[in-house]
Amino acid sequence: MAPRVQLFVTCLIDGFSPQVGDAVVNVLERAGVTVEFPFDQTCCGQPPFNAGFHDESRRIVHHMLDVLDATEGPIVVPSGSCADMMIHHAPDLVAADAVRFAQAARVAARVREFTTFLVEDLGLTDVGARLEARAAYHPSCHGFRNLGIREEPERLLDAVEGVSRCELADADECCGFGGLFSVEMPDVSAAMMSRKLNAIEQSGADLLVGVDVGCLMHLEGGLRRRGASHVRIRHIAEVLAGTPEDER
Amino acid sequence: MTAPVSFLGRVQRDRAAGRVTALDIGARRLTERRLAAAAEYPAMEQMRDAARAIRLDVLANLDRYLGRFADAVERTGGHVFWAADGDEANDHIARLAVDRGVRTAVKSKSMVTEEIELNAALAAAGVDVTETDLGEFIVQLSGDRPSHIIAPVLHRTRHEIGELFADELGVGYTDDPVRLNAIARRHLRGIFLNADMGISGANFGVAETGGVCLVTNEGNGRLTTTAPRIHVAVMGMERLVPTMADLAVMLEVLARSATGQRMSVYTNIVTGPRRPGDPDGPDEVHVVILDNGRSEVLGGDAAEILACIRCGACLNVCPVYRASGGHAYDSVYSGPVGAVLTPSLDGLADHADLPHASSLCGACKEACPVRIDIPEMLLTLRAEVAAVGLAPDWLRRGVRLYAEAATRPGLWRALLATGGLLGRARSSWLDSLPLHGAGWTDHRQFPPPATRSFHQRWKERTRGA
Repeated sequence: MAPRVQLFVTCLIDGFSPQVGDAVVNVLERAGVTVEFPFDQTCCGQPPFNAGFHDESRRIVHHMLDVLDATEGPIVVPSGSCADMMIHHAPDLVAADAVRFAQAARVAARVREFTTFLVEDLGLTDVGARLEARAAYHPSCHGFRNLGIREEPERLLDAVEGVSRCELADADECCGFGGLFSVEMPDVSAAMMSRKLNAIEQSGADLLVGVDVGCLMHLEGGLRRRGASHVRIRHIAEVLAGTPEDER
Repeated sequence: MTAPVSFLGRVQRDRAAGRVTALDIGARRLTERRLAAAAEYPAMEQMRDAARAIRLDVLANLDRYLGRFADAVERTGGHVFWAADGDEANDHIARLAVDRGVRTAVKSKSMVTEEIELNAALAAAGVDVTETDLGEFIVQLSGDRPSHIIAPVLHRTRHEIGELFADELGVGYTDDPVRLNAIARRHLRGIFLNADMGISGANFGVAETGGVCLVTNEGNGRLTTTAPRIHVAVMGMERLVPTMADLAVMLEVLARSATGQRMSVYTNIVTGPRRPGDPDGPDEVHVVILDNGRSEVLGGDAAEILACIRCGACLNVCPVYRASGGHAYDSVYSGPVGAVLTPSLDGLADHADLPHASSLCGACKEACPVRIDIPEMLLTLRAEVAAVGLAPDWLRRGVRLYAEAATRPGLWRALLATGGLLGRARSSWLDSLPLHGAGWTDHRQFPPPATRSFHQRWKERTRGA
């Protein structure tokens, strides 16, 4: 029987980069997975949580839990940061309520970051994609450090026909996005971004790939502010799905 | 936010003055050295685990270890003074100095005496105090403040220091570090020999022996604690290890994490005053054990920050610290550990923005030799900031509106559809956003909303199927 998954698409993909959501669905369906999309989903609650507003975050988490706990199967999340919120912080946030905590633990146990799901759960590295590109990979911090996503995205990229890889200097250094941090501490965030953009432009890559659209949106915004660049920025799902340029 | 000049304001000031570049370079070099030292030491990870266990045991049983330590200090002939806060510590040390006719004092590097501003208190009591750690000496000579807990002048270049020495010490200009070192050494030697009192901090106090361990690379710690007739050690009350064997574990990780050295050049353990037959050493040893907010921290959510051994690894690896400079933290404790420790010790009111001075990237937690979960503590402090009403109003209002939308799926989809209309009207990336959104667009373009959200795309997809 074909595996069936629930897609939690994340608020940024929903509102700003929906082509990434399409790409996730395409890659999964090509791999024989049936994708369902719980239609009442909104956000994982991370933005208010990181800003310190636990009551507001808890309300969103309750909603997220109610929507997802009514479904079955792995919950695929194309963001290391949101997956980290759902796995590690949501249970803590509702721990005072035993029923909610059990619900959060059930949901957390089902959450799978997209590349981890492909490589670990489906045992897939070659998804049959091809793209002529010199690609550098930016490991976003929450996925990298909090979920231990280390090799999965790079193995998927290496298996894409036509992709050659470029090393990114200080790859595991934060790009400066940090959610609301980028708005609250703009000069600090921009200084961090500037360093990352320099590393990207000096890497020889014409494509930067990541697993979190927040960091990618921030970096692309910075790159666009600099003017013309030979570097394109894409979520890994777009590369794996072969999303055409005019779909964006 | 509530402070007159915010963290961000200080960052802007110091970046504009070009005061951040040298610190960034220095901090990166220290990180490279730490990683190299860890890589050549196969037991590093086990030692980190052992060091963490020792420090957590100390915190869990601090009352017992403090009692044991104080007894041991007194057994060796030393005196213990319990200071509830900085004023008590300063008053005690100043009174001691006056009582013993102390005119000059030398100090080895000590962040805890910076924390309580001991130098000012001693100056008011008529004592001439000289910092003898090269970095602290430079800080004192130029009226500057430390930017790093182990490398106080990481923010300054050797050219600036050359000019400072030429101006203040009457020597010819040089920016050769070896010659600068020699100049300071010559200047300080006479001061050491004439000092009546030596003041040190404590890297660790050893509960079983009453010993105070100091690590330095310049030997000034040893001179400070042995040459003058009185030695005063000021120690944060949490800085204990139970036994000498435990101290050995801490020393395995401290220098490696701090400077990438296997061991500091000088490791001294001062245990009591000079005994009969000793060739040198002070006649009197006083250990001032400082609370200054620590016992309150110990009972709170950020208690584990007291496990910190002040190696500076979290500063060196922190991209926010390196981009902001140490002075932005407005405290002797800067970087990730400062962002937790300063508001914890000194209260949130004047430091409400410090917990927000982090992208939560987690590099600090990865680097910390005793594995303190600093990002988790920053999140907890942010919640306290919001709970006591110290968060900015725009953030509070924005978050509330967002929570309304994110808990009502119909409203959520309606907003996405509205965004789609805007996206159709304006399909290129935006140059500017209004209000606090300008924080984003001052530095980057902002993407237009998707013309068709994923929700809409999914609906069309299933309708087509």
